[in-house]
Amino acid sequence: MLTLTCPVCGVDACETELAAGGEAHLKRYGPGSTDEQFEDYLFMRPNVKGVHFERWRHAMGCGKWFLAARDTATLEVFGTYAAQTTEPPAEIINAIKAKRPDWSLT
Amino acid sequence: MRKYSAFAVAREAFRHHKGWERAWTSPEPKASYDAIIVGAGGHGLASAYYLGKNFGITNVAVIEKGWLGGGNTGRNTTIIRSNYLQDPSAAIYEKARSLYETLSQDLNYNIMFSPRGVIMLAQTHHEVRGYIRTAHANALQGVDTRFIDKHEVKKLVPIMNIEGPRYPVLGGLWQPRGGTARHDAVAWGYARACSDMGMDIIQQTEVTGVRRECGAVAGVETTRGFIGCKKLGIVVAGHSGVVAEMAGFRLPLESVPLQALVSEPIKPCMDVVVMANTVHGYLSQSDKGEMVIGGGTDSHNNYTQRGSFHHVEETVRALVETFPMLSRLKMLRQWGGIVDVTGDRSPILSKTPVEGVFINCGWGTGGFKAIPGSGWGFAELMAKGHSPLTAEFGMERFKEGRFIDESVAAGVAH
Repeated sequence: MLTLTCPVCGVDACETELAAGGEAHLKRYGPGSTDEQFEDYLFMRPNVKGVHFERWRHAMGCGKWFLAARDTATLEVFGTYAAQTTEPPAEIINAIKAKRPDWSLT
Repeated sequence: MRKYSAFAVAREAFRHHKGWERAWTSPEPKASYDAIIVGAGGHGLASAYYLGKNFGITNVAVIEKGWLGGGNTGRNTTIIRSNYLQDPSAAIYEKARSLYETLSQDLNYNIMFSPRGVIMLAQTHHEVRGYIRTAHANALQGVDTRFIDKHEVKKLVPIMNIEGPRYPVLGGLWQPRGGTARHDAVAWGYARACSDMGMDIIQQTEVTGVRRECGAVAGVETTRGFIGCKKLGIVVAGHSGVVAEMAGFRLPLESVPLQALVSEPIKPCMDVVVMANTVHGYLSQSDKGEMVIGGGTDSHNNYTQRGSFHHVEETVRALVETFPMLSRLKMLRQWGGIVDVTGDRSPILSKTPVEGVFINCGWGTGGFKAIPGSGWGFAELMAKGHSPLTAEFGMERFKEGRFIDESVAAGVAH
């Protein structure tokens, strides 16, 4: 079973305790943006087979949102981090690169 | 191709069964084709079959990464129904269901279509209202369904406990002409018919790139070299996003595993298909006697063909209340298939930004029932550039906000 460490309360939470919130770091465009940009924000997903950044909520625990880096092909978890970031922090990137030397953040 | 018939069985019986031919050939790929279909699952093979049968386009290759019918075609719970709420969905699924009725004869291959009837249980008052609405919609769409009360449900499925404490059965949406078919046979039958028309089914060959020239498709790079084509159909379900990226466009899809499991075989006890959407489980009995149980999808993106274990527990726990006898059954196998889910839970059958590339994906958790209709419509779209069956399923609908919202209409199970 998938286990993620909630960075807010520090609990190792198993999947049944968590609610998945889809892809992380989506860019929301402001007033004056095009239909394409809005479609991108709402629907278009790279749907990566590999390293995936995603949102989770510790629904049956502290109730807070956080982010995780996980491999969708192997279910390996690289780490979790606070939701208040616009891009993955350096230690997460390093943790991924340690195991996936060819991988780069696009 | 030698026809399968009672006479052929008798003839072979006298020849120690040495005269049977291979059902399909495994040729070396040619340098180029009029059309290439990527993905030899049910939808891909059906698309190729109707390209040949309805439009005379037989210079076609179907390229498959693994073996044919080895993806979700071999991993579903084989339910066939067409009781959808929205008009475009009802049209394509009803077309598929009606093609299934005569598919064994069309293909000269027994797909074991069993129109045993499908009940979708209403276990909350909300569902009762929803299904009565669907029954009215189906009447207008020409789909034969009706709402039945709990006593009729009990009469159809005597093993059901309709007075469960949490989810009592209040009634059901009954489609007498729905049912099941042998899933592998659907892929094999289409493959045999395609091969007979001179199409090449190329297995164990992975597409690694899509070559474009001046914005139009020129062919595909594969693990067995470059193969040219004028038209390309991408029909790869869970991996649609991966192939679309090779062609240079993105899709509004996310991939999750959907699980199913089967019990040990028991004597015949239930001769219809039952779907319980509130508790999210569906159940039918296979010809071998196994209870075939469909479960839930993972909530997070996942490409492993397993799925999370707790879904099995949730599905079985919920079904045991409605089917108490299931509690004594051992489960034999559990597996998952990677399904590609769109924002409105409806498929995408569409032209793409790349000239000559067409996409058929997003069938999510309910693709098996649609195979013949999907192939029929997609072949027309590829051959003529337009099909009345697929017109509403274009990928531009997400930008235009013109959804075919089955996630609301169908609840969860598909």
